[in-house]
Amino acid sequence: MQVMSKINRRSSFWVSLISVVLGLLVGAIAMIAAGYSPILAYGALFQNALFQPYDLGETIRTISPLILTGLAVALAFRTGLFNIGVEGQFIMGQLAAVIVGLKLHLPPIVHALVAVIAGGLAGAIWAYLPGLLKAKRGVHEVITTIMLNFIALYLSNVLVRTWLTSGADSTDRIADTASLQWSVLSAMFGGARIHFGIIIALLMAFVMYYLLWRTKLGFELRAVGYNPHASEYAGMRVDRNIILSMMISGFFAGLAGAGELLGTQGYLAIQGGFTGIGFDGIAVALLGGNTPIGVVLSAVLFGVLTYGGNNMQFAAQVPFEVIRIVFAAIILFVAANVSGWILGCFRSLKKGRGA
Amino acid sequence: MLNTLTNVLQTTVLYSTPLILAAMGGLYSERSGVVNIALEGLMTIGAFAAAVTTIFTGNPWLGLLAAMVAGILFALPHAVASITFKADQVVSGVAINFLAFGLSVYLVKHLYNGEAQTPVVQETLSRMPIPGLSSIPVIGPALFNAFPTTYLAFVIVAASYFILYYTPFGMRLRAVGEHPKAAETAGVSVIRMRYVAVMISGALAGLGGAGLSIAIGSEFNQSTVAGQGFIALAALIFGKWHPLGAFFAALFFGFAVSLALIGQLFGWTQYVPSEVLNMLPYVLTILALAGFVGRAEAPAAIGKPYEKDSR
Repeated sequence: MQVMSKINRRSSFWVSLISVVLGLLVGAIAMIAAGYSPILAYGALFQNALFQPYDLGETIRTISPLILTGLAVALAFRTGLFNIGVEGQFIMGQLAAVIVGLKLHLPPIVHALVAVIAGGLAGAIWAYLPGLLKAKRGVHEVITTIMLNFIALYLSNVLVRTWLTSGADSTDRIADTASLQWSVLSAMFGGARIHFGIIIALLMAFVMYYLLWRTKLGFELRAVGYNPHASEYAGMRVDRNIILSMMISGFFAGLAGAGELLGTQGYLAIQGGFTGIGFDGIAVALLGGNTPIGVVLSAVLFGVLTYGGNNMQFAAQVPFEVIRIVFAAIILFVAANVSGWILGCFRSLKKGRGA
Repeated sequence: MLNTLTNVLQTTVLYSTPLILAAMGGLYSERSGVVNIALEGLMTIGAFAAAVTTIFTGNPWLGLLAAMVAGILFALPHAVASITFKADQVVSGVAINFLAFGLSVYLVKHLYNGEAQTPVVQETLSRMPIPGLSSIPVIGPALFNAFPTTYLAFVIVAASYFILYYTPFGMRLRAVGEHPKAAETAGVSVIRMRYVAVMISGALAGLGGAGLSIAIGSEFNQSTVAGQGFIALAALIFGKWHPLGAFFAALFFGFAVSLALIGQLFGWTQYVPSEVLNMLPYVLTILALAGFVGRAEAPAAIGKPYEKDSR
């Protein structure tokens, strides 16, 4: 728990910036070691992600779910919980959204709204169990959420194969009434698959801010994160807050899944492995210092790297996975507070000179 | 009927081996007080190193060695971050998983012209029947006509039991995980002990990964490990952080993992979708954690970075 609050405090801008630079440096070293040019690769990455309307639209599409999964991890962190289950809650969100999108017949807008909310609720329900086990039996949420990720993956696959289709690899497209796509927006960005998901994501960043810093529940959630024993003594129901925090976190994750399904894919396919968007949320939350603004900013960075990284493959032949290495290095540097250490060295050096 | 039993037993032992090795790896790290959620990544890098080394040298034994070395090298950043820099051990483990997966696929694509998998490994390990014992009915073919990695796993379990409970090294290691302050007072270097434990962890998990790419399978791709590191972690918890407990839990999970295959073999998949069989190890873990098989007691100091001046 102390470790968690330590993570919360290390949120200054410089710490994040140094971690990002170091992470990109590690990526550059990996590229040089394999004989690629990091300057060419990073150049292509940023150029491709930002400077054409189509690419900008696609980058924004990539950013949307990252904001939500980042918020999900960050909110749980704030309560002293580590939700590694965002990936599974994301899958459940997709699953609920495709079911509503295929099986219900509702007027436009209403249909999409119901599907989005169903996705969020599915994520919340999927997060309820680890919350309950943590609160009532002290079972570490990390293990339960990892297991639930796999269960969600297989559950989604078996339902696609047996119930939503008869033995096919992917479902039909959802009804147009449930789609989050908006042709006006898409046309503005040269036909990119940008959709309403970004608005939902930004709205939820505000919701998280309002909930945590402007409501009594939010105060309690944060208090439990800082010191569960003191909170218990102060008469807060720690158990209830743990469960609620997991469920709100799961709700954000479910929304991310629903947004991707209803906005980007339009159907659900059998998946051989995880999408990774849920796990990326961990990196986003850590770099963002677990604040809503920080999460939005770091999601922008990770979104640019992810989308640009794909294009980098064409421009400089560098395999996309180098971006995963950069993500890993950033998490490691933030978690180990390497930048705090570097800043400390820098300060003592300055002091030494002054004396 | 006897044939069926032999078949099931053989598949179970086959699929348990990587789990046993990785779970033993996790055992050392966690008993010293360092959470090792990175087993998945360490297995991945081991599987990758074993496959590539074997392809280049034509010698699977060198592949095993490379897997251990790669495992140790990848356990090191976890040790540095979580022991020296006092990072959250779970977060650091997640980062190692990211790093191992990213780097191994990156290198595979770099080495094999953008392909996401290695070519087929020609010189894989092969089954080594032990004369005499392997002809015992039912258990003979399963236990004594196994891959060398299986024998290695059995030996490591026995050795781990002995080391942890009957040697000074093992007692110090456990002390560091239960009460680091007391251990330090008694003259044990907590930091050094934890470094050694995490590196042993990397070596064993790497070996487990090698079993997947050059014994059971014969290539490395993105789904070679596919969650087995996490199942090994579950086996460790299921087995209450005890070498024999973890061993039997890993055997049990090995059975659960092989169920999907056994199910196909005997046509069960007509009645139960294979995905449901695949789900089983994970469902069982949650049931176990929920307390249906008794409470698990984790090492007392697990997850807490050691600060010399704190009490």
